[in-house]
Amino acid sequence: MDNFGKMKSIVIKQPLKLDCGKEISNFPLAYETYGNLNEKKDNAILVFHALTGDQFASGINPVTNREGWWNYAVGPGKAFDTDKFFVICANVIGGCMGSYGPGTIDPLTNKPIGTNFPVITINDMVNAQYNLLDHFKIEKLFAVAGGSMGGMQVLQFVSNFPNKAKVALPIACTASHSAQNIAFNELGRQAIMSDINWKDGLYDGQTNNPDKGLAVARMAAHITYLSKKGLQEKFGRNLQERSDLKFGFDADFQIESYLRYQGSMFVDRFDANSYLYITRAMDYFDLTKQHSGNLSKAFKESKTKFFIISFTSDWLYPTSENKDIVIALNAIGADVGFVEIKTDKGHDSFLLDVPDFLSTIKNYLNTTYFK
Amino acid sequence: MKEEFKVISELVEEKSRVLDVGCGDGILMEYLSKNKVVDVRGLEISKEKVKKCLSNGLAVVEGNAEHDLKQFPDLSFDYVILSQTLQAFMSPENVIKDLLRVGKKVIVTIPNFGHWKVRLDLLFNGEMPITKNLPYEWYNTPNLHMCTIQDFYNFCNNKGISIFKTISLNGQKTSKITSSNLKFKNLISELGIFLLQK
Repeated sequence: MDNFGKMKSIVIKQPLKLDCGKEISNFPLAYETYGNLNEKKDNAILVFHALTGDQFASGINPVTNREGWWNYAVGPGKAFDTDKFFVICANVIGGCMGSYGPGTIDPLTNKPIGTNFPVITINDMVNAQYNLLDHFKIEKLFAVAGGSMGGMQVLQFVSNFPNKAKVALPIACTASHSAQNIAFNELGRQAIMSDINWKDGLYDGQTNNPDKGLAVARMAAHITYLSKKGLQEKFGRNLQERSDLKFGFDADFQIESYLRYQGSMFVDRFDANSYLYITRAMDYFDLTKQHSGNLSKAFKESKTKFFIISFTSDWLYPTSENKDIVIALNAIGADVGFVEIKTDKGHDSFLLDVPDFLSTIKNYLNTTYFK
Repeated sequence: MKEEFKVISELVEEKSRVLDVGCGDGILMEYLSKNKVVDVRGLEISKEKVKKCLSNGLAVVEGNAEHDLKQFPDLSFDYVILSQTLQAFMSPENVIKDLLRVGKKVIVTIPNFGHWKVRLDLLFNGEMPITKNLPYEWYNTPNLHMCTIQDFYNFCNNKGISIFKTISLNGQKTSKITSSNLKFKNLISELGIFLLQK
């Protein structure tokens, strides 16, 4: 990746104490913004990305030349309307799009830090991004929003900084990573770590990367983002550019070919070690445990308005887990709205063109901003 | 039913916390927020209606009162409102019990099956009555447990629920219901509005 010149970033000078006990300082945090910050500085929305996202939420990602991961939701006239709001999105620490991560070159060795990078948590990611408020001199954000791991960051943000956002939108997420979530992440990590090119995480990042392992990790994860019904309707048992089975192990079925394609595209834009670190951070996420078994305590100090959204066909972060957050908020009389959107598109729904989902967010933000 | 909202709004004290159970499109919630300084929340079973409420910035949670009232702590609201939905529950008795647990006071409005038009319909036509407040056929009605103002009054007495106020609504006209005029009001009211406490 040689396009780092197109990226904005801040250098966080003051030390950040990580959950693992280590301290980091003088590290880069890459970000992108959309829309304009108004004079009162009350129209900023901090958007958090999911596992494989980055700071390029909208428009065309200048590094991959593909659409931003939340292009359906962020932009002029869209759900997060950049004609009205100033949207900020940062690459999480541990990521591979310019923020401090395992792919960052260590000036002492001139090699990527690799697995010498400290294990980070969702809490660490959020604390690093909090520096963006100082950078833009924003006293209080209008909103924090994100889906999946982005939603976890939303919850952690409100818990850490109770009155720094008027509105919080955690979407398709959980307050505590389930055994099933951890299991799928471990599968991905094992795929990477069993790739001969992984070399205990000390590959050079130039040639011979653990691409095969990373592609398998992506393929397995991709299945968890879709619903059975969605897959069946899109692919069924359709064959890939052939009229009959070939009695071999090539991609006979369209679904096989699709997954292989997804895997191969992914390795071009993502670092295998980042995948390890970020999935680990998700697995360690347990906001309930952080508050001695009582999730309500995480939000006790907050006046933030919550709007929680889940999707009917999302079996990775199912409605029941989103509802646990609603229940914890209701237990303390917090201002909370919740809706489960009907869709066959699985966990990925939050990234896709789901009109009900997008229009409800748009209207909610527009009315709440003036309330 | 604007008149019903007006009565409910008058029953609710300023600066109170209100939960509207079965809040529908949120019209009552908006009416209350406009006319009173109240902190109002909603619970609604229909996704379409919840989306509408949230689009208007109302704090509404999708859920079914028969299971999802459990999430609200004891006495966490000053008022819990149940407007014309009691008859649609599988177990109205349990819902009322939960409402009285969650709310310090409970406002329940009942479409009155004892209204004279309903009685006449059944008497002369021998058919299940269809009225403005009860517009369904017997085979598609969501109303599983119809009752009269008298029935609900008896229910409260039997269960030891205190009734603070009962108001009759007939067209635009409101009037007080007391134990002495109950039989008559049960005949002429389209709607009964009850203010209850455990």
